Amino acid sequence: MVNLALAWAESYMAQQPNVRISVTGGGSGTGIAALINGTVSIANASRAIKPEELGEAEANGIEPFEITVAQDAIAVVVNPNNPVDQLTLQQISAIYTGQITNWQEVGGEDRPIVLLSRESNSGTYVFFLEEVIRQGDKNSNLLFSPDTLLLPSSEGISAEIRQNPNAIGYDGLGYVTPDQKALAIAVSSTSAFVKPAIATVVDGSYPISRPLYMYTPGQPSGTEKAYLDWIMSAGQQQVKELGFVPLAQANPE
Amino acid sequence: MFRSPRPTRSDDQRSLMKKSASFPVSEFLVESIVKILGFSTIGFVVLIFFFLLREGLPTFTEVEWSNLVGVRWYPTFDLFGLTPLLLGSLLVTVVAIVIALPLGVASAVFVREVAPPWVRDLLKPLIEVLAGIPSVVLGFFGLTTLAPLVRVYLGAPTGLTAFTGALLLGYMALPTIISVAEDALDAVPKSYRDASLAMGATRWQTIWMVVVPAARAGIVTAVMLGMGRAIGETMAVMMVTGNAARLPLEWDAVLRPVRTMTATIAAEMGEVAQGSTHYHVLFGAGIVLFVLTFLINLAVASALFQKRGGRGLR
Repeated sequence: MVNLALAWAESYMAQQPNVRISVTGGGSGTGIAALINGTVSIANASRAIKPEELGEAEANGIEPFEITVAQDAIAVVVNPNNPVDQLTLQQISAIYTGQITNWQEVGGEDRPIVLLSRESNSGTYVFFLEEVIRQGDKNSNLLFSPDTLLLPSSEGISAEIRQNPNAIGYDGLGYVTPDQKALAIAVSSTSAFVKPAIATVVDGSYPISRPLYMYTPGQPSGTEKAYLDWIMSAGQQQVKELGFVPLAQANPE
Repeated sequence: MFRSPRPTRSDDQRSLMKKSASFPVSEFLVESIVKILGFSTIGFVVLIFFFLLREGLPTFTEVEWSNLVGVRWYPTFDLFGLTPLLLGSLLVTVVAIVIALPLGVASAVFVREVAPPWVRDLLKPLIEVLAGIPSVVLGFFGLTTLAPLVRVYLGAPTGLTAFTGALLLGYMALPTIISVAEDALDAVPKSYRDASLAMGATRWQTIWMVVVPAARAGIVTAVMLGMGRAIGETMAVMMVTGNAARLPLEWDAVLRPVRTMTATIAAEMGEVAQGSTHYHVLFGAGIVLFVLTFLINLAVASALFQKRGGRGLR
């Protein structure tokens, strides 16, 4: 999310030369901790504030105000020639931990499965690991199979998906190009399979998505309010460019 | 082998210097500048080495040895097993040399011994141009062109394999190997060839049984230098080897992805928090790499000295 925050800050400062915004990375926990300690005007977080953090903030006399600024969704992609159209989270987890190694086991052709992932420093890597491989279970210690190919860029993933019918990959929904096939995902074998799209992400039916938040100490006002208003309107363009999903009301599509 | 009774080149130069010392001040100045420049190079290397040690050595106290020599590299979860990375680097490098050695030596022999002069004059600059192709360009070529071929024709599940990386590295090591091996062939005295031909050997026999064996030490140096080039290469390898930190121990490991130390450092250094354990481990991997290349260079140096001791300088 730090990339998005940086992009916002840069283009906003280009338009409003008298506003200075400095962005620091470090993860959602770092941002919220800084908010609690009163050292930042806005904290970005890719998860909601925890009840205990809320308690700490209130103890410090700070009333965190939550704004959803964008949606982050991960599409699971395969080669267009792969007959597999849909998978459950359980199946994807088994594929990425190396329990399922042939497409036949999930209704495809008799081909080995080649696992693609972003590098481990990518936020998408951690999100995918926590929400898909471990299926949100905090006590799970499942990891990516050591056979997983870690590619340094989205372009690396799409190049391999495009030309290799064995490959399965994942990436931010905005990075998925038309020459990759995004799979429909179901939480379990009994629930419905949902294709990733801006509409299904916004209505919450697509399972691998999360809202991205900004927190301010109390109701935003003045410069902060102007900045946040801009993010909710014109700033949604950056959301799209960086592969995230813009908010529904800002998106006429 | 013959021992040369001639004085070595440095002796010649020293006596020359003494003779030309008629302008002591300017001489002193020039000499000091050259000396400072020369020593500053050494100084930089030493500084880099100390920086590497300072940033990398905490690895060996912060991380348990059993973790470091382990087989699982998941830095996000504090699993820092360097074994797959080390084996990955070695596998790619060794295969690259196996590919580049015959090609390089054969090209050197062709350029030096077989080709007519005008072909040689055309080939030598072309070979040097080869060395100038940026590795990211080769990496992109490998990613888009070579990888699909490897997958389709060699039956690998994916084209991003150790073999694809080795092909590119072999190609990148070629210019080094060809030029150094060619110099070594060039250094073989003409009398060797004359003697061999005079005794009725064919041209082919002369090349393979007299000239190439006589240039053995130089060819070994060429291969070692090519190997040093290959093991330190990063960008192309990162783009085409798939970067899966797996143990490359199966018989078909060459046709599977690997993760090399250089690619790991390059991919992870950008985002790592400075001073964290992960940061130190990446420098630790740098130390391992440094020691490896140092050993290779040492082998080159000893091969070079052998050559000089054996035949003297030309």
